[in-house]
Amino acid sequence: MINRNQLLTLLIVFAIIGTAPFLITRESTLNTVILILYVALLGQAWNILGGYGGQFSFGHAAFFGTGAYSVAVLQLQYGINPWIGLFIGGLLAMGVALFIGFASFRYGLRGSYFALVTLAFAEVLRILSNSVSFTGGGVGILIPLSRDPANMQFANNVGYFWLIWALCLACFLTVWWLGRSRFGAWLQAVRDNEDAARALGVDVFATKMKAAALSGFFSGLAGVFYAQFYLYLDPAIAYGSAVSIESLLVPIIGGMGTLFGPLIGAAVTHLLAETTRHFVGDVPGIALAIYGLLLILVVMFLPRGLISIFGRIGGLFGSRRAADA
Amino acid sequence: MLEVDGITKSFGGLKAVDGVSLSVKQGSLVSLIGPNGAGKTTFFALITGFHRPDGGTVQFDGKNIMGAKPSDIAQAGMVRTFQIVQPFAGQTVRENIAVGAHLRHASRRDALDRAAEVAEKVGLGDRLDMDAASLTVAGRKRLEVARALATDPKLVLFDEVLAGLNPSEIRDVIPVIRAVRDSGVTILLIEHVMQAVMQLSEYTWVLNQGRLIAEGPPRAVAADKAVIEAYLGPGMAARLSAQAKREPAHA
Repeated sequence: MINRNQLLTLLIVFAIIGTAPFLITRESTLNTVILILYVALLGQAWNILGGYGGQFSFGHAAFFGTGAYSVAVLQLQYGINPWIGLFIGGLLAMGVALFIGFASFRYGLRGSYFALVTLAFAEVLRILSNSVSFTGGGVGILIPLSRDPANMQFANNVGYFWLIWALCLACFLTVWWLGRSRFGAWLQAVRDNEDAARALGVDVFATKMKAAALSGFFSGLAGVFYAQFYLYLDPAIAYGSAVSIESLLVPIIGGMGTLFGPLIGAAVTHLLAETTRHFVGDVPGIALAIYGLLLILVVMFLPRGLISIFGRIGGLFGSRRAADA
Repeated sequence: MLEVDGITKSFGGLKAVDGVSLSVKQGSLVSLIGPNGAGKTTFFALITGFHRPDGGTVQFDGKNIMGAKPSDIAQAGMVRTFQIVQPFAGQTVRENIAVGAHLRHASRRDALDRAAEVAEKVGLGDRLDMDAASLTVAGRKRLEVARALATDPKLVLFDEVLAGLNPSEIRDVIPVIRAVRDSGVTILLIEHVMQAVMQLSEYTWVLNQGRLIAEGPPRAVAADKAVIEAYLGPGMAARLSAQAKREPAHA
């Protein structure tokens, strides 16, 4: 069964990634791996709703930022440990996703309308976080340094590596489960043809809401990680469009609706951006320009994403065609 | 099994379905016919919850299902197909049918097994792993039938499953529909292809401009003056019967 192979492949891939802290001694190289995993988590979270559910969000920053601000504000204002904040952040992000989902799916918004509504919500949150005091407003919020694993702060990158590795693995396992569960089948049916799905007994609204909740939760976890990794947040970072764009670019470039697409997309976009930076220097906005170019090329020549290259080699990476059988 | 009473739906000033009442008995194979734009598909959409009726009642299996969601109606055992086939493109035939099977089977494996079984029944057994988008029109019609059957329905509403097929394909699909009925599923067909209605159904209703204009066994209905005029235009019934009298040999 290809599906079992897919799980095996997933575990092997993560085991290989897990050797990074042992093999890589340079702090900056490990940093790159951490960022790739972080972007893969962002992308995979978007992939649940966008790739598997066909609901293209342009505002995943709303979930990401909520997770990030939750963990920061809870620590600073209420002294709540970030490990607990991790879950609260994820759940609050899920709450935001459910709210936005309810507001748009209830009224049957799809396609570009849904994209615009999500974008608007993220912007509203950005402006709100700029104007209220507990987020630190435009000045931002600084999480005080206390390098202790108990505070989800690590003395070196290895700790952060394992944190993001574990979060990423949890998200990827969830998406693997999507590929072999009734909920996943219904979600993909909704993506491919809402009316046909409805006629076959699929509760389209409930299915989209569940997907939004899952997607928002993992996006929120990525936000928590970001806050703990950089220890600084401001409204533009948390709720700005950069996160939203990164969230959707990664799976689109890697392969929407596939398990490994976001990982491939994250690795390729990130390495490309790093390489460019190496050769061209730190030109502002160059990474986005490169992403844009890559996106155009992928959409033109590989509409099913970079993963479709692997599909030809043996289908081991399991595009959605090979998801069962 | 299905009791529709005085169901009505307007779109703006147009009464698409106007006070239609009919009742389908368990185990029967019946049909609803009518010229283009008569309101047949709207009628299906009304009783399966896709559109909300303006008035009237719908009872299925003794329960009032007016205003229920399509998913709840499917859960209760009434499933429709679409005139314009709606495959989940990019998914295989097996995956397509499994979506229907999941209504009664929570496990992926059970749903996929059930999908293979149903595919065999409708003659798609050899195309299980093909992309649904690459099926021929006839294949897609079979897929529509298969997906609906995979939900283990009590009543299936087939919306023009034979339209767009050539005569030999129609000959192939008719036994499939018969077999469905013989397996205990009640069937209500919407059909354009008169030959099929004649062959298949036991009882038929004729819809024209949103109203029922005739009902009865198909042969009787086909000879009905109002029905002929609805299809062929006013005055045609008289001309046809005059022609039949002149040329009795061809009649």
